[in-house]
Amino acid sequence: MEDHFSSIRFLLISALIVMVGVIIASIVGMSIQEESKGMAKPTFLFLLLFTATGKLFSFVQFIGFFGPLIGIILGFDSINRERVSRTLSKLLSQPIYRDSVINAKFLAGVAIIAIVLVAIVLIISGLGIRLIGVVPGAEEVLRLLIYLITSILYISFWLGISILFSVAFRSTATSALASLAVWIFFSFFVSLGAGVLADAFAPVSQTGAGVDPNIVLKHANIQRVISLFSPMTLYSDATSTILDPMRKTTQSLILMGPLERLSISRFQSPLPLLQSLFIVLPHLVSIVAITFLCFGICYYVFMRQEIRTV
Amino acid sequence: MERQIVIEAEGLTKKYGHQVAVNDLNLQIREGEVFGFLGPNGAGKTTTLLMFLGLTEPTSGKVRVIGFDPTRDPFHVKEKVGYLPENVGFYDDMDARQNLQYIARLNRIPDKVSSGRIDESLKVVDLLEEVGKKVGTYSKGMRQRLGIAEVLIKEPKLIFLDEPTIGLDPDGTNRMLDLIHSLSREKNITIFLSSHLLDQVQRICDRVGIMIKGDLVAMGPIEELAKKKLGIDKEHYTLEEIYMKYFKEA
Repeated sequence: MEDHFSSIRFLLISALIVMVGVIIASIVGMSIQEESKGMAKPTFLFLLLFTATGKLFSFVQFIGFFGPLIGIILGFDSINRERVSRTLSKLLSQPIYRDSVINAKFLAGVAIIAIVLVAIVLIISGLGIRLIGVVPGAEEVLRLLIYLITSILYISFWLGISILFSVAFRSTATSALASLAVWIFFSFFVSLGAGVLADAFAPVSQTGAGVDPNIVLKHANIQRVISLFSPMTLYSDATSTILDPMRKTTQSLILMGPLERLSISRFQSPLPLLQSLFIVLPHLVSIVAITFLCFGICYYVFMRQEIRTV
Repeated sequence: MERQIVIEAEGLTKKYGHQVAVNDLNLQIREGEVFGFLGPNGAGKTTTLLMFLGLTEPTSGKVRVIGFDPTRDPFHVKEKVGYLPENVGFYDDMDARQNLQYIARLNRIPDKVSSGRIDESLKVVDLLEEVGKKVGTYSKGMRQRLGIAEVLIKEPKLIFLDEPTIGLDPDGTNRMLDLIHSLSREKNITIFLSSHLLDQVQRICDRVGIMIKGDLVAMGPIEELAKKKLGIDKEHYTLEEIYMKYFKEA
């Protein structure tokens, strides 16, 4: 852990995140300030700091897309750097259990991730309180806390992926590239592939004439199920639901007619925290599961590996 | 008085797939000995060392190091046994003291105790003057001596040295050999070193074992092997002659 704090890349990455976080928060904060002038402050205004897109993207989106990179940067050379510098065999000949090496690498990374995320959320909150003059209520704080825990787990999953590659590959460059490839695959190609597959199985005609609602539904479902394979979708669905009490489902696309929309809008009140939690529970469980699965594989591979120096 | 046995191997075998790295190794090393483990590259020397330390599991056979089974109980073995790998690595951005302190902490030596030991072992290897420099700037000989210092931190009963003099200049080699010799004589540490630099081994080792293609083909004091292989009448012999004879036969 000491290593991480003093390393240049840790400083760079946290500086970047703090910078982007502060910029987003101030843009959003100021626009909220403008808009809410002379109005009664709506409920859950504070959470808007994190979810409102402002000019570019919201803080939540930023972490969803960029968070994996933090995990990868912290982990991609954790084991194979020790191997290349020939300290690994020396380390393992000390009276420590072999698993404490891999556990320490993982936990140190998780601790760093937690510290960075908590710090940035606190910075944004502080800035937000000054800019919009609203103090977060208990429920908002709780929602933020759940968001934080989810984010830490999500980034830890990527840390696990990158440590896995650093165990599997001898060269640090290979493991970095492999981790980045996985990242790019999940962030772009899964959603792309989901669209293609959905088109293949349930083609929806582009003209819009004579659309069978069943097929449209099927199309949307296929697309959704496939994109759930991506941890990014899992994470962004989960966190945006948690942070936005108005959202009643994780699905971003709901097809409904005008009457339906009207009837729904009559019940347009925020969802209680517990209900939001129930909606995203499957997502949260999946994130926890993939994180542990990933670390489990990593642990297994490392414990079984031959420690030949050559 | 019979000295205690520190390493005992019985029928120790290691296979990688179909390839036999170490075949049916039997040996006993007694306390205070300097044992030279000889053999060409790829003969299975390092594999044997790794098995003694519990870093690699033997395919079959029994081994006991300072009374413990390294496969079942690597923890106790590693507590009392020092290992200097071939071309040992250090954390280059730390200085010598920080490197040693890290190892001391991994050995659960309290900082109060370890700072004294660090100074002492740096003095033994003659590195006290360079202690503030980052290890990345050290020469090969200095790194190797620092490796010895690192091994001494845990006050071992037994030290494994894998090719300790490889790549050192004549001066560095001499210092290293003197150091190994004095550790054995003054601190009564058993030393098990693997090498293929025969004249050096001849200078410091009490007994040698010759390993070729995974088989231990000969073992004993150098004079004894000389008598057996070269004839009793020969007054001057070198380990190299003995070794080459075994090597050609194998």
